[in-house]
Amino acid sequence: MSVLVRIPTPLQKLVGDKAEVQAEGKTLREVVNSLAGQNEEIKTRLLDDQGELRRFVNVYVNEEDVRFLEKLDTPLKDGDEVSIVPAIAGG
Amino acid sequence: MPHTSSLPQEARGAQHEEREPQEARSATPLLHLPTSTSGPSATPKAEVSSMRRLKGLKCRVCSETYELCPKHVCEFCFGPLEVDYDYDVIASVISREKIQRGPNSIWRYQDLLPVEGTPRVNLEAGFTPLVRADRLAKRLGIKELYIKNDTANPTWSFKDRVVSVALSRAVEFGFDTAACASTGNLANSVAAHAAHAGLKCFVFIPADLEVGKVMNSLIYAPHVVAVRGNYDEVNRLCSEIADRTKWAFVNVNVRPYYSEGSKTLAYEVAEQLGWRAPDHVVVPIASGSLLTKVHKGFGELKKLKLIEDTHVRISGAQAEGCSPVVQAYDQGLDFVTPVKPSTIAKSLAIGNPADGPFVLDIIRETKGAAALVTDDEIVEGMKLLAETEGIFTETAGGVTIGVLKKLAEAGKIKPDETTVAYITGIGLKTQEALAGRVGEPYQIDPNLNSFESALKDVLAAAS
Repeated sequence: MSVLVRIPTPLQKLVGDKAEVQAEGKTLREVVNSLAGQNEEIKTRLLDDQGELRRFVNVYVNEEDVRFLEKLDTPLKDGDEVSIVPAIAGG
Repeated sequence: MPHTSSLPQEARGAQHEEREPQEARSATPLLHLPTSTSGPSATPKAEVSSMRRLKGLKCRVCSETYELCPKHVCEFCFGPLEVDYDYDVIASVISREKIQRGPNSIWRYQDLLPVEGTPRVNLEAGFTPLVRADRLAKRLGIKELYIKNDTANPTWSFKDRVVSVALSRAVEFGFDTAACASTGNLANSVAAHAAHAGLKCFVFIPADLEVGKVMNSLIYAPHVVAVRGNYDEVNRLCSEIADRTKWAFVNVNVRPYYSEGSKTLAYEVAEQLGWRAPDHVVVPIASGSLLTKVHKGFGELKKLKLIEDTHVRISGAQAEGCSPVVQAYDQGLDFVTPVKPSTIAKSLAIGNPADGPFVLDIIRETKGAAALVTDDEIVEGMKLLAETEGIFTETAGGVTIGVLKKLAEAGKIKPDETTVAYITGIGLKTQEALAGRVGEPYQIDPNLNSFESALKDVLAAAS
């Protein structure tokens, strides 16, 4: 499965200063591993010591927060869009 | 409130003329995002001589440091960045007397705010009344209660504090466009301050907001973008847009400066109480930023010896239909699971509160409490405050008063504690919530008989 991943500014320098990259994977976890194949550092930025998403990292698949889906096990299909967004506040 | 202009009329006029024509304004989602609008240079101008007070930005989670720039997220752990002050420098220049000689606005505390020079985006927010609320206190069985009435701000909510700080800093960075993701009040404030300062302005709101909140943005003629989604979706979209534009999104890329403005709600209360901290405060929770900054504000005053030792207990209020922080508190968790909001308290309808974990820490550390109220209790809270104290708050204030009542009834606010409830916005913007809940006027003919007859009914109903 090939999906489009939107990379937030703080991580763009880890993927050659790109705002969007293509990645492979049947689940979000596989996509994170696929990104880590380009740069291992990206994994430590996104995941905590237990291998789960850090608490200030929000990931959306086709606009839905993965915490409302299956988190890192959220299944992906060809053409899905994954957005990585730092937690922000205020309203 | 003095709503005086801080810019010369000519300058404001000239800047207004540069704005785009009315026809270009759209209430539908943007199809085209300019990615190269004139904005700040990548590196902000260094103003070294006045920067000693401000050391830079620091990650609240991992303590990584950064220079002062429009950046809000730690590159290493994604934690929020905060302004890092040199409190020795501040202690050498600040005093109660200096503050008291300052303007009757948040800017009397400028030594503790992350703006370098004369604040350039200033509608004189803040220094709102602290009202002794004896009638409400009596109803709740407590002795000394105050309402911090932040409806008395230029756009009638506490957001004017944060926006004035954020946009003053943004102008120092060289931005020419103000933007925000908002549940309403923030959009109103950003639009008004942008108009006053002659900045271009885009505000993003959920499409289902109250009419009053939408109108209170449109009047200042910003670009109002109504997003078909909830606030969390607006927030996520704005984070993505902020990555592609060179706009000052007050609650995204300039958030470290923005959120500091909320500290003034602690400073003012302490000063208005005669330079002492209250024993207990009740604060509404949306993203959690306000509560964490009220806590920080009291702590700073203590650190700078502007007040004696303080042990203020900080309690948080949420609506049942959006209560992720209260749920986490009740379950003893130190993290917050996002929810999909459904409540009339739309200004608190943030299902994914970024500062939630910090709020939980603070409530526990200060031995405060957290509670929620139903939509019905929110309306009752709005009515109770209006009927006992003459203050008309919006639904968020109904949440605060409803929770204040609950905590008092449960003995979690002790009768002898000096207690302050933060009322953050005005009821005129959320009138829909009161439909059918506040009675009807008596209709009479213009003669005495008709009045006498009506009066009989009134007295009979009251007895």
